[in-house]
Parts: sequence; C-alpha cells; structure tokens
Amino acid sequence: MSRPAPTVGAGSEAIGEPNRVEQERALATRLRRAQAVGARAGDAASQGLIFGVLLFLIAFFSILLPNQFPTAFNIRSMGISASVIALLAIGQTYVIIGGGIDLSVGSVLVFSGVVAAKLMAAIGPGAPLAMLIVAGAGVAVLTGAVWGLLNGFLVVKTRIPDLIVTLGTMGIALGLAQVLTNGVDVSVPLVLTTQLGNGNAIGVIPWLVVIALVIAAIMQVTLSATRFGRHTFAVGSNREAGRRVGLRVDAHRMKLYAISGLLAGLGGFLSLALYTNTTIAGHSTDNLVSIAAVIIGGTSLFGGMGSVFRSVAGVLVPVVLQNGFVIMGLQPFWQPVAIGIVLLGAVYIDVRRRSPR
Amino acid sequence: MAAPFPSASADAEHRGAGETGTAAATAPAIEAVGVWKSFGRVEVLLGANLSVARGEIVALVGDNGAGKSTLLKILSGVESLDAGEIRIDGQMIELRSAADAQRLGVETVYQDLALAPHLDVSANLFLGREILRPGVLGGLGFIDKKAMLRAASDDLQLLGLRVREDLASSRVVDLSGGQQQAVAVARALTWGRRLLILDEPTAALGVRETAYVLDAVRKARDERGLSVLLVTHDLLSALRIADRVVVLRLGRDCASFDARVVSVEQLVGTITGVFDGSTRANGSEPGEAVL
Repeated sequence: MSRPAPTVGAGSEAIGEPNRVEQERALATRLRRAQAVGARAGDAASQGLIFGVLLFLIAFFSILLPNQFPTAFNIRSMGISASVIALLAIGQTYVIIGGGIDLSVGSVLVFSGVVAAKLMAAIGPGAPLAMLIVAGAGVAVLTGAVWGLLNGFLVVKTRIPDLIVTLGTMGIALGLAQVLTNGVDVSVPLVLTTQLGNGNAIGVIPWLVVIALVIAAIMQVTLSATRFGRHTFAVGSNREAGRRVGLRVDAHRMKLYAISGLLAGLGGFLSLALYTNTTIAGHSTDNLVSIAAVIIGGTSLFGGMGSVFRSVAGVLVPVVLQNGFVIMGLQPFWQPVAIGIVLLGAVYIDVRRRSPR
Repeated sequence: MAAPFPSASADAEHRGAGETGTAAATAPAIEAVGVWKSFGRVEVLLGANLSVARGEIVALVGDNGAGKSTLLKILSGVESLDAGEIRIDGQMIELRSAADAQRLGVETVYQDLALAPHLDVSANLFLGREILRPGVLGGLGFIDKKAMLRAASDDLQLLGLRVREDLASSRVVDLSGGQQQAVAVARALTWGRRLLILDEPTAALGVRETAYVLDAVRKARDERGLSVLLVTHDLLSALRIADRVVVLRLGRDCASFDARVVSVEQLVGTITGVFDGSTRANGSEPGEAVL
C-alpha cells in the first residue's frame, strides 16, 4: 500500500487529517509492540535474577575464600541447613501464588514434630529405623495437613483475613506443642539423626537435600504443568474471575493451605531427624524466613505469579550470605541487613512488574 | 418479601414480540418471569420479565439503576433471585452459580471482564476447561499448553479478534482495555452454546473494534443459532445489531420494541419515562402487563 508522504506545513484539513491519524496509529502500534518486547525481556531478566544473584554470591565467596567456602563439607552443611526451610518455602509459594499467606508454618512444624516425637517414643527407641521413619513421618505429615486444612477452612469460611487466621493458629499450634511437652523438648532416637538427619543418600549428598530437591521438583512441575497449578495462579490472579468460570475457588484455596501445612509437617519430622529433638523454641522466625525466601525468589506477594525453584534459590541466598559472613569473620549480624536489602529490592521489582505497561 | 406473582400475559406478549428474529414457535431459549430482587432495603427488580428466543438478539437498555446489571447477574447465575422464575427452553431451572449457567450453555461477558490478568490469553480462554495431555499425563492433570495456544490462536482469528500476532501468548495485564475486552468476548463466543450475555461489550472499544465484536456476535447467531442478550448504554449499537430492544425502567420491563422500526428518540423517551409517564409514574402496580 502506497501512502502519500506527509507534506510539511501543507495539506488541507481534508487530506492531512486522516493521514496523520493513520500515521499516529501505526506509530502507536509499533511503540506498543516494542514496549511489549522490551517488557518481556525485562520479565525474563527479573525472573532469572535470583539465580544470577545466587551464582554471583557463590562465585564471590569461592574466589574470596577458596579454601574454606567451596569445600564439600561446607556446601553439604549449607544444603542441610537450607533443606527444612526450603520445604516451608515451597508450601508458602503455593499459598502466596494463590493470593494468601501462611504465618503458622513454623509452629505447625514444631507441633507436628512434637506429635511425631511422642509417637516414636511410644513405639520405643529399639524399633527398626524404617518403622520409626514411616510412623514418624506419616503422623507428622498428617498432623501438618490437618493444621493446614484448619487454616484454609478458617480463611475461606469465616472471612477472617488470612494474616490473622494464620497468626492465630501460629500461637495455638506453638502453645499446644508446649502444653503437650510441658515446654521440655522431647528427644528422638539417635539413629534417626545418624542415618537420616545427618546421613548421606549418595556419596556426600545428604538425605535432607535429596528429599528437599525431589519435593521441589515435583511441586515445580505440578505448578507449571498441571491443571491444579494453573488454577492456583488463576485463583491468586483474580479470585472472582476464577469463580465466574466455575473454578471451586474456596476448595482450591483450602488445598493450598493444606499443602503448606503438609510440607511444614514433613519439615517438622526432618527437623527432628536433624536436631535429635523437638527444638520447640527454635522456629519462631521460620514463617518470616520462608516468606522472605518466596518473595526474594520473585513470587508476587499479591498472588498470581511465582515459581517453586526460585523460592528455593530465595532460601539459599540468605544461607550462603550467612555462611560466607561467618567464614570471613564478619559479624553475622550483617546477614539480616543484607537480606533486608535484597528483600526490598525483590518487592520493588515485583511492584513494578505487576503494574500494566 | 412478598412478591406479587406476575400476570402471564406480560410473558405471552414478550413471546409475541420475538417474531422479528428467527424465533420458532417453541419456548424461548431463556426467560425470566416476574423476577424480584432486593439488596437490603433497596429494591432493584420489581417483577421484571425478559425472554430471548432461540437465535434472537435482544438488547436490554435502561437508565442507570434500572436493574439491568442485576437481571443479567441473575441470568448468568452470579446472583440469586428473591422471587420469580428462570426458564430455559420452557423448563424452570435454578441457577446456583455461574458454573450452573455455563453448564446450560449460558456464557457471560461481564463488564469487569473477569479475566485473570497474570495468565496469558490462551490460559484465560481455557480457564476451568483446560485441554489435558493425552494418556497417563492427562490423567495426572497435566495440561496441553501447546494445544490450547493453537486453539486459542485459531479461535481469535476466526472471530476476527486477533488484534496482535502474539495475542494468544500475551499476558492479559499487558493488553490494552480494548484487547482485554476482545479476549473476554472471544471466550464467551467460543464456549457459549445457548445464550451469550454481554454486559456493555463495546464500552472500552474503538469504532473498528466495536464493529469486529458486533460482527462476531452476529456471526455466532447466524451460524450457530445462539441467542444473545446485550446490555448496553450504546443505543446505536443496540439498534444496529439487535432484533428487539427491551427497556427496563425502575426494576420492570416497561417496553419491547422491534429494532427495525423503533427510533433512538423513542427509546430515549421510554428509558427516561417521558413516553409512558402516564402508566409508570405512580409505579404502584407491580407485575402489570405493559405494552
């Protein structure tokens, strides 16, 4: 199509006007397309950002501390200390993508651990390891899932804000755990620690890391490739839209809290195996750590966007920082400072990314 | 709340007015009979009647607060009614949710579009009706993203709504208002089997996009015999596409016009109550037959 070139300063209204309109429209279209391409590139960059940050930190400390940081022993201990919190962060990712939040994960972890420890004590320390694991893990997972369902039920049915519901159950679960134990930590058979908590699955790769990675992989695939995952995004993106196309939005949200509780229950069992007792007082900040990991990983605090793998990277960044700082002889108190800055940066990117362009 | 039951004659006359379309002598595709609805103390619908024959395009017009949106929400299953009946093919039905209405082939384009902004267009078109992968993976709930992208792209093109090459894979939040509206309309056109309900479907659209959407709606009627209920402020669009225009005023249907003969002035007069002030001004006789 040949279009007459615009004549500067000339052109009567009748000819010039529609021509200019057409040109402006073409320009606007081109502009929008360019913006969309740029935005998508920016999107991809911000999505990969957390992996870049993690790799940078690992490279940084490896170069700075070549004899202490990149050793098998050090990497192994970082992996172990990240794996329990990773389970919490994976469940938290589902809840947050679905538009909610779960403050109760640390307490649910403790409560489930207490129930599992009591059960294993009742079975007896002489029982075979497999039996201890099946019974302990089974009851911990079940207990966690029940707490999660309770959270979900309260959020969906009572319309109490999720923040308050899970703040409430956080107190209730921790309090009940202390009531059950009189506030005294319950120990578990040592074999659980030597074989599972500190044991290796393959070579120097610990069981806890393998378990966390396998679950992360399953949950990532479920999120990105299944109907359940897609509905999770939809529910978090626009609940009402989900309802209007016939999604069972309330049931779905309950399931998300159940997943979070279930993984916290499993985390409770693995925590027992790792620390040989219920560490009741040791998980008061697990909820915030897991939420920070999810947000640092680029999952939107407002729902509708996110990834499990990036949350795992979000767990590892603080662990690596802490570890590096300690080896360097820096005061470890710098770690929360660094994490706070990373968190603010992540949320800033999220806020910008969410707004339409 | 006590709702006087509507006279059957109002209903009968509406059916008569449907002859302008391709309506058969059979029962209307959908009809609302004597629908009452109040929110707290605010009475929104006071025995409203409405029917859409098979293959008929009905425009529902009225002033702000006339009850158009409420009636629409009742027909699409989002709101429940206090009194009255909804009939589909002459059979009384109860719509408990939007999903109920969808199962009966009623698709709605809401004014707020009801899209998930962070999902892409194909995900929105198939939301709640995902295509699963074949075989075992499908049984495990794995979705076939490629198939949905392809189908979405085809659908959009077929409807003449593919305003961008990569529309099907674009996130809804990155689209313009007009494009988002096109997506919402495309979803309803793709899935609707009996009735399309469109709430201000062209409000955010430019002239050309409006023409596309109206053409696509008419095509769906012509080729698939869909019935269409169009709620709009845009009287010109209403007259251009509809077979019949129903005026809702103060919670009741107060007139039904053949779109071929009625003028905009006549409609405006009826909407504002100038033309039938004599029968409506007191408004004390709910359910009485009009026309």
